[in-house]
Amino acid sequence: MEKLIEQFSFGLFFWQLLLLVILLLVLRKVAWRPILNAIEARESGIKDALEAAENAKKEMQNVTADSERLLQEARMERDGMIKEAREMKEKIVADAKALAQVEAENMISQAKTAIEGEKKAAVAEIKDQVATLSLEIAEKVIKGQISDSGKQLKLVEEMVGDIKLN
Amino acid sequence: MQKPFYVRFLLVATFLLGFTAFAQDEDASSGNEQGSVKAEIKEFIAHHLLDSHDFTLFTIDEEKNTHFGFPLPVIIWDDGLKVFMSSKFDHGQSVAEVDGNYYALYHGKIVKTDAQGTINYDEEGHATNAKPLDFSITKNVVFIIAVSLLMIFMFRKMAKSYSGSMLPKGIGRGLEPIILYIRDDIAIPNIGEKHYKKYMGYLLTVFFFIWIINLLGLSPLGVNVTNNIAVTLCLALFTYFITAFTANKNYWKHIFWMPDVPVFMKIVLAPIELLGTFIKPFSLMIRLYANITAGHLILMSILGMMFIFKTWIGSSMSFVLASALSFLELLVAALQAYIFTMLSALYFGMAVEEHDDH
Repeated sequence: MEKLIEQFSFGLFFWQLLLLVILLLVLRKVAWRPILNAIEARESGIKDALEAAENAKKEMQNVTADSERLLQEARMERDGMIKEAREMKEKIVADAKALAQVEAENMISQAKTAIEGEKKAAVAEIKDQVATLSLEIAEKVIKGQISDSGKQLKLVEEMVGDIKLN
Repeated sequence: MQKPFYVRFLLVATFLLGFTAFAQDEDASSGNEQGSVKAEIKEFIAHHLLDSHDFTLFTIDEEKNTHFGFPLPVIIWDDGLKVFMSSKFDHGQSVAEVDGNYYALYHGKIVKTDAQGTINYDEEGHATNAKPLDFSITKNVVFIIAVSLLMIFMFRKMAKSYSGSMLPKGIGRGLEPIILYIRDDIAIPNIGEKHYKKYMGYLLTVFFFIWIINLLGLSPLGVNVTNNIAVTLCLALFTYFITAFTANKNYWKHIFWMPDVPVFMKIVLAPIELLGTFIKPFSLMIRLYANITAGHLILMSILGMMFIFKTWIGSSMSFVLASALSFLELLVAALQAYIFTMLSALYFGMAVEEHDDH
């Protein structure tokens, strides 16, 4: 210890003190401040970039989820529409079938009525003609039988029997 | 297993060097006593551990007093400022005459003498000559200046490389991780996120200063600045004063009037706590000084053993030992810088700590 105190050099202490103060001040100004600021700026830049990337990722996920949802909705809508269309088609077809049935029945019944009418008309006409013919025959017979009354009777009977057959 | 080439090369080289040292020793010291070699080594080590007034890289011839190096300016205060070159001392061999006063070197210190350079001793063998105030630019001062300039140059370059780019270029690439380490693993955990910024300048400066100057101490230039108690005292005082000046009310309260203890204990604790504040930087000073001094002492002793052992095996062994120890010293150089910075940060942390939950 005594040797240490004896060896203590005040000059060296003085110079070390002076130089260390200068070194501290100079380095603080020219080195540490700009270096630490640059490092800090870089670190905050990295932090910001990472955060921005994280946000972008989240947004991307949201967008993907949204589009997925939209797609799902669209798919469901499409399925719904297809189903609806199919139902509509079936209904239309069924309706058309029913309508056609009714129409056809109508037509058939109309045709039947018409045929009936025609038939009646034809029968009436035939009856008229038969009557006419009968009258003509009767006339002729009368004309012819006036002369032969037996024959005339016989003829009338024959004719009347023919009519019954009809 | 086949050893790699360089391992075998090193082994062979080690033994050859051992032989060479042994052979040289045989030639040179054939007439000398072994004791004189020991004394020479001891003196050399003692000399190496001291500061000096001239910059000597190596001695060419001890007998003829020829050295390779250059003189440094001597600045002393003795009834006025006196400046002259240390070449006047002629490596302690002659007395320097300045303005009618005579000065001589005595164990690396400048003392005032008469024209013959007489040194007066007291009963205990200490020199009683007057010692003028010595502000010389010694070898250590030169190295402090050199390291300061190197640091300013290096870190200025690094700071400039940040402009226009997010990443440093060149030397900054290696230095940035260290700066980040000091910030993230020394300053922030010990001082806290809130206050650490104002201490960063000091912590970084001190870390790099001690580290670089310790590393230079291991170089063959043979300077060791941090084994001067004056240098470590200065560094420790800085830590002390920064702690004292930035300390908050809480810190002083815990020293002079410890809360939550009886009044009697408060009175007992105050001087102990106050003493503690001085012991902390004192331990910083002694730790750095002692570690570096011990490292140099052991390393140089082992190197010296090479010239004392007369057998090739002994010289080889001390060569291997010295190499291993050099690597250890490389670690110690960084470790001491780390410890000094770490403990300084710890003390700063205590000074700004906030006890709001007491």
